[in-house]
Amino acid sequence: MQEVAVILVSSVLINNYVLVQFLGLCPFMGVSKKLESAIGMSAATTFVLTLTAMVSYVVDRAVLIPLELEYLRTISFIMVIAAVVQFTKMFIEKTSPLLYRVLGVFLPLITTNCAVLGVALQNAAKPLSFAHASLYGFGAGAGFSLVLILFSAMRERLAAADIPQPFEGAAIAMITAGLMSLAFMGFGGLV
Amino acid sequence: MLDFIIQQPIIAALVALAGLGIIFGALLGFAAEKFKIEGDPVIEQIDELLPQTQCGQCGFPGCRPYAESIANGDEINKCPPGGQSTINAIANLLDVPAPELDQEHGQEAEVKSVAYIREAECIGCTKCIQACPVDAILGAAKLMHTVIVDECTGCDLCVEPCPVDCIDMLPVEAGIKEWQWPAPPLPNGLIASDKTHNDSNHEDAA
Repeated sequence: MQEVAVILVSSVLINNYVLVQFLGLCPFMGVSKKLESAIGMSAATTFVLTLTAMVSYVVDRAVLIPLELEYLRTISFIMVIAAVVQFTKMFIEKTSPLLYRVLGVFLPLITTNCAVLGVALQNAAKPLSFAHASLYGFGAGAGFSLVLILFSAMRERLAAADIPQPFEGAAIAMITAGLMSLAFMGFGGLV
Repeated sequence: MLDFIIQQPIIAALVALAGLGIIFGALLGFAAEKFKIEGDPVIEQIDELLPQTQCGQCGFPGCRPYAESIANGDEINKCPPGGQSTINAIANLLDVPAPELDQEHGQEAEVKSVAYIREAECIGCTKCIQACPVDAILGAAKLMHTVIVDECTGCDLCVEPCPVDCIDMLPVEAGIKEWQWPAPPLPNGLIASDKTHNDSNHEDAA
């Protein structure tokens, strides 16, 4: 139980993929303009991250390691991610066509979200059990969701705020992201 | 067999990647079949928001064809019977800014109205029956016609074809069921001081 808590805290807060390891910044900036689409994107990415962590673990332990093909990790994990994203796309298109419209191009772009590949590769480098690897993937997704939703809520407020002209638009968003990153670095000594 | 594959690293790599590719391909093919989409579900949702008058004032033969056209990127402000509230609802659904009603397609009716046939003057020509998009006019050739009030959408299309001009559009009396509280006045800002604060800033910039 304690291990579960440690894995979750470390992947959500301490090693947050977006703000501490700087992976997956593209959707972080791209889909954070509206809270609603940010929530949809978070759910989709968390789903993809968890599923990818599971599938890539199986692929790694069942295929790549027995055949001594560890050098093929990157390409096979990308294949796993592409398949999982494609599956998620079909699933969302069927269950929530509106979310599908709102997410638009960012849904297939989860494929190129380096946080997803990062989780798969880091999991492969560590001696984890299957349950811990999936939990790690879910934690990474929860951390991504946390910062994306916080950030989009702030950007919605920033859109209505009285910002000095040189800082309007992307500039203030970058500054905000930087300050959030500083704040998350502060979790560093937690565990 | 396995030993042979492991001893030949290139063959092992090829077999592993091809095998993974085939497995994922098969899974995706299965998922594509399972999550197959029939038609575009967004069309249904737009169609539900449209007033279903089937009046054709948008230039399409009915509400559903217009909904299909909107889903394919047409303007959403071509529906006078729905008026601004329908435009706002569709804009909200599709997550786009809400435009004003396009006056080219007609004006939003101030109050809801229904057609009324002055039955004494009706000559039974059936022309209004053919014009009615929702089949709300009852009658037969050379017999008096009348309007089923509950079915009439108030689209005006029967007024024009009537040769003796015996059709009137009567406003529907607002009864106790239709009455609503008046909407609260629109706020100028989040709080009263917001407005003066912003105004003074614009003056500074100027």
